[in-house]
Amino acid sequence: MSGINDFAFKMGTVNGTGSASANGLLMQAIFRMGIPVTGKNIFPSNIQGLPTWYEIRVSKDGYTARPSEVDLVVALNPATYAKDVATVRPGGYLLYDSSWPLDPTLVREGITILGVPFGRMCVEAFTKDRERTLLRNIAYAGALAALLEIDMQVIEGMLNEKFGKKKSLLDANHTAIRLGYDYAKANFTCPLPFHLAPMDATGGSILMDGNTACALGAVYAGATVGAWYPITPATAMMEAFKAFCEKYRVDKATGKNNYIILQAEDELAAAGIVIGAAWAGARAFTNTSGPGISLMQEFIGLAYYTDIPAVFYDIQRCGPSTGMPTRTQQADLLSLAYASHGDTKHLVLFPADPHECFSMSVEAFDLAERFQTPVFVASDLDIGMNDWMIPRLEWDDAYRPDRGKVLDAAALEKLPRFSRFLDVDGDGVAARTLPGVGGKGAYFVRGSGHDKHAAYTEDSDAYQEVVDRLKRKFEHAAAAMPKPAILRRKGAEVGLVTLGGCDAAVREAADRLQEAGIAADVMRIRGFPFGAEVAEFLGEHEHTFVIEQNRDAQLRSLLMIELGVPRDELIPVLDYGGMPLTAKVVVDAVSARVAGVPA
Amino acid sequence: MTSIAKPPVKHPSSRQNGIGLTLRDYEGVMSTLCAGCGHDSITASIVQAAWEMELEPHRVGKMSGIGCSSKTTAYFMKQSHGFNSVHGRMPSVTSGAAAANGGLTYIGVSGDGDSLSIGVGQLCHAIRRNVNMLYMLENNGVYGLTKGQFSASADIGSTSKKGEANEQAPIDPILLALSLGATYVARSFSGDKRQLVPIIKAGIAHKGFALVDVISPCVTFNDHEGSTKSYAYTRQHEVEAVEADYVPLRREITMPETKGAVTVVQMHDGSSVRLRPTAPDYDPTDRESAYAHVRACQARGEIATGLLFVSEGARDMHELARTVPTPLVDVPFEALCPGQAALDKLMARYR
Ligand SMILES: Cc1ncc(C[n+]2csc(CCOP(=O)(O)OP(=O)(O)O)c2C)c(N)n1
Ligand code: SF4
Ligand SMILES: [Mg+2]
Repeated sequence: MSGINDFAFKMGTVNGTGSASANGLLMQAIFRMGIPVTGKNIFPSNIQGLPTWYEIRVSKDGYTARPSEVDLVVALNPATYAKDVATVRPGGYLLYDSSWPLDPTLVREGITILGVPFGRMCVEAFTKDRERTLLRNIAYAGALAALLEIDMQVIEGMLNEKFGKKKSLLDANHTAIRLGYDYAKANFTCPLPFHLAPMDATGGSILMDGNTACALGAVYAGATVGAWYPITPATAMMEAFKAFCEKYRVDKATGKNNYIILQAEDELAAAGIVIGAAWAGARAFTNTSGPGISLMQEFIGLAYYTDIPAVFYDIQRCGPSTGMPTRTQQADLLSLAYASHGDTKHLVLFPADPHECFSMSVEAFDLAERFQTPVFVASDLDIGMNDWMIPRLEWDDAYRPDRGKVLDAAALEKLPRFSRFLDVDGDGVAARTLPGVGGKGAYFVRGSGHDKHAAYTEDSDAYQEVVDRLKRKFEHAAAAMPKPAILRRKGAEVGLVTLGGCDAAVREAADRLQEAGIAADVMRIRGFPFGAEVAEFLGEHEHTFVIEQNRDAQLRSLLMIELGVPRDELIPVLDYGGMPLTAKVVVDAVSARVAGVPA
Repeated sequence: MTSIAKPPVKHPSSRQNGIGLTLRDYEGVMSTLCAGCGHDSITASIVQAAWEMELEPHRVGKMSGIGCSSKTTAYFMKQSHGFNSVHGRMPSVTSGAAAANGGLTYIGVSGDGDSLSIGVGQLCHAIRRNVNMLYMLENNGVYGLTKGQFSASADIGSTSKKGEANEQAPIDPILLALSLGATYVARSFSGDKRQLVPIIKAGIAHKGFALVDVISPCVTFNDHEGSTKSYAYTRQHEVEAVEADYVPLRREITMPETKGAVTVVQMHDGSSVRLRPTAPDYDPTDRESAYAHVRACQARGEIATGLLFVSEGARDMHELARTVPTPLVDVPFEALCPGQAALDKLMARYR
């Protein structure tokens, strides 16, 4: 890295001081200059006063993974000075607030240290304490604009959009951005060797986070019932769903809502609400994170055993237990795949980015109703809460929900008898009825042992017939799950298998490996159960690495359990410290293992 | 030879109601509960009430948790849709079903274990949410299905079958519901069909959450001397606060004239309940006096029964959420999906 439109910088600040909006401004300005950009917000699990970082990566080649190294660090949080200065790459830059004497911890050989008296300038320019604190962030954005050549016109245009209606705020922001900009221009050689130059590479793209995209998908899929209990990092999804519903789901004639959101007393109740609503025939969902999934276990088994469609979004965070609520992980894979006691197996979708969050969100409802079973969308904090550069979302107006096999009164009329769990088509999916339908349509849902006619049973054969049908259904679902995304290179002897948000880093790693003489194919798994393509890929390479963000190699376990792949054929690459994956982790792991390559 | 024509005897269960259904049509599969179990009597009252109200069976959702009591949804209205869920979680499942399809009648059945221990949170929150449902709490003071452990409704000093005494204070579902703002709160006794049937009917007609706590002796584990949830104890200590009669829409008022003042409460569907206090100063529309009455009875070791509190006109879950009058399951997809044009427009916001 490090060049025109190819570098990364990072701001170290204290949360609750208003840095988030300055950081967002910088990222969006770069995006509007037509340059591919990624932002990762690394924030603490509290409201005010703890360290927070924002990393921005600019990549003319369109790499969106977290950067492996940082060219410039803005160190504004004394509590993390030591850590922050250490992350600057050799030859890189450090920007600090020179209102106070240079802290000795910030001094390091081999980097350039730039001081701007942000605090003092803001004290002089503004009168209110709050303004002084908030606008210090805008001032550093101004200094960065000068150092990195961010188009000031773009920035000022964005300030106008944002504060246009509040004249005093607008003026203050303009003053602050100029303070930083002018100081940097006057005192440093601007721009730095690595900086920006306008491109035309983001025209077809948007910046969106995965929670927003999941919510929008739920709206487009026609979900009418949302139930939830607040939890980081899933909360924003329901907030987005609510905002979209307020925009799109208010009946014009009556002013009444075409949706209902229930904030439940806990995640158990949220799951119960979704299951009750789905039984009644609505498209219903809940969004949560690991602790919530743990609480929902019993209900998930009920829905599985009674063939009730339900959509669960798991925005994964670092476990176990409360873990690190504001750090990312992919550590719920096993607990989703086999959620609940007894023999259970579930359909799971693994979106790689917000674009896929949108499409898979819709797909989740179709799969749930088609297979009459719980479906999980396994997103994570990195996908859910960070803004990603993704292609604009598209919608096909011809889309109609796949409601699966539902018998209405007319269809029931033709049947001699309605047997709720009778597998007529051999695919394990039995036709259901919805409450309210008359005639023979009524049946009794029970989580206790039941036979194919939905009657209570303790008979071994009758019980087994039902659970065997569920197994058959799961096997049939494998072919309906989204196919893996496979990228092939000529003569590849290395296979890289991954899922979800690791995708960007793994694809970038494959490029780096190629440069080092290692050709690697990449397979990103997009759904569970695995289809035939997944099994095929696993046998194709001399070395197959499974890259995922958890300690226990959970994806690898699933591959071993479900496909019978021998343990030693899958080399785990595990990254579970809670940060989004970087290409370097993958490159290092592969190079260390594959002979004849300098590590 | 002369013969005298036998007058046709119509068995009561073959009489048809206004929609042409007999009591039989409102029955379910054969009960598997112990002979004499209070729960079976409650089932009979539900059957009677549903028949009298002329409920269309397929427009009813029968909801329950786990327990002997929760099993009983299978024993009435076999033509209705039933959902026997998991232990203590019937309120959330019913909330979801009612959210999706508010056009159906929901009859929930639960036990004191299901409602007051594992599911006490869900019960409280369904009351707060004001889900439009009838909630039958079949209260026997024990966990019947798991063989007789004390439940949270067992009174202090009440003894188990083995003779040990309960020492923890009970949760009284009536006081709980009153304090949470429930708008229909009643208590009855499984053995008192005359009192229970109108209470059930009015509870079904009530818009919002209707709690009916029914003392329902468990003959196997809690119907002995020393139990305050036994037939004998309840018969001796029951104090009826008000006599209730449910008056369906467009039907003549059948309640006999009485001396006491009668309160008529109009239900949202046009039907009404007529309430005649048996104590001269009892006001069933006043939450405070209901609370005081139940407490006073409790202090005397008595069980307050009857329709203890009712208030029509509170907003239910759907009104609180301002949902369309059409059940959400019937809203066409076209009204739910904003479409490509809207998405295109929206994309500008993310640039
Ligand atoms: C999660 C869970 N824990 C425990 C049980 C075991 N269990 C079944 S019924 C029951 C108690 C039921 O008591 P109550 O609701 O009073 O019903 P009753 O049998 O007395 O009518 C218990 C503890 C269960 N089914 N599920
Ligand atoms: S154990 Fe008790 S509650 Fe259960 S069926 Fe028997 S009598 Fe009824
Ligand atoms: Mg009980």
